[in-house]
Amino acid sequence: MAIVVVDVALKPEILDPQGRAVQGALGRLGLHGVTDVRQGKQFVLTIDGEVTADKLDEIKKIAETLLSNPVIEDFTVEVKA
Amino acid sequence: MSSRIGVVTFPGSLDDRDAIRAVTLAGAEAVSLWHADATLQGVDAVVLPGGFSYGDYLRCGAIARFAPVMEPLIKAARDGMPVLGICNGFQILCESHLLPGALTRNDHLHFICRDQRLQITNTTSAWTSNFDMNQEIVVPLKNGEGGFVADERTLDQLEGEGRVIARYLEVNPNGSRRDIAGICNEAGNVVGLMPHPEHAVEALTGPTVDGLGFFTSVLKSLVDNGKVLA
Repeated sequence: MAIVVVDVALKPEILDPQGRAVQGALGRLGLHGVTDVRQGKQFVLTIDGEVTADKLDEIKKIAETLLSNPVIEDFTVEVKA
Repeated sequence: MSSRIGVVTFPGSLDDRDAIRAVTLAGAEAVSLWHADATLQGVDAVVLPGGFSYGDYLRCGAIARFAPVMEPLIKAARDGMPVLGICNGFQILCESHLLPGALTRNDHLHFICRDQRLQITNTTSAWTSNFDMNQEIVVPLKNGEGGFVADERTLDQLEGEGRVIARYLEVNPNGSRRDIAGICNEAGNVVGLMPHPEHAVEALTGPTVDGLGFFTSVLKSLVDNGKVLA
């Protein structure tokens, strides 16, 4: 069994109003000096068996087609264990 | 024989009934299509209605884009069949890459519901041919993720090719780039629109009847293209 983590984040040039709202809340809670907050998504995939190169390619393809929208988002794929 | 226009219902669609009513009032036969069916039942055009398909999980329209009915729909749209995506339907069309760009969360983070003034800026697409150029219309707008974004090159291309079909007037309600409310594909058969023309088809329930123009336009385009008899 293996764990593959896919992180999805809005591209830097895309406005992130949710991140901005969180940033506003941080200041109200007394955490100062935070100049930017970007909110993303994390998918933790539990994989049966080993993560072969082929399997990783499949996961990357899914990350590109379903888990993220390449028009507005970037993603990273990491094999954890 | 009247035109047959399909309206797809996904789990979480809200405005499929109103879309059916609009299609019927425009003079076409409305055909209910189900997301899990792999057929379009031979319809001449399709409306993807507004709502929250699959609860807007993952991203708006991202899961609906892979529904079985989308496979024949994407193929038919590429072959020239008229498709109108309204609100969530617009999001599904972008996720399907039938239209460029994406819809993101409103810049002010609030869900917005208001009667919106629009300017029609394309009168050649399958869904806008019955309007006059620069005609102003008022239809309801209601969305939480209606901010249209695309890279500068794509925005320039859309404007340069006359593919921005409608713009917001007076106020930009959601942070859409260049006040874009709707766009079409290169061939003009696929149109995505964030505001809701299907809610403005009867004096009793809508602010105007301006929305009917989208549905009468497609009937005209089907007749002009010889798809159905007048």
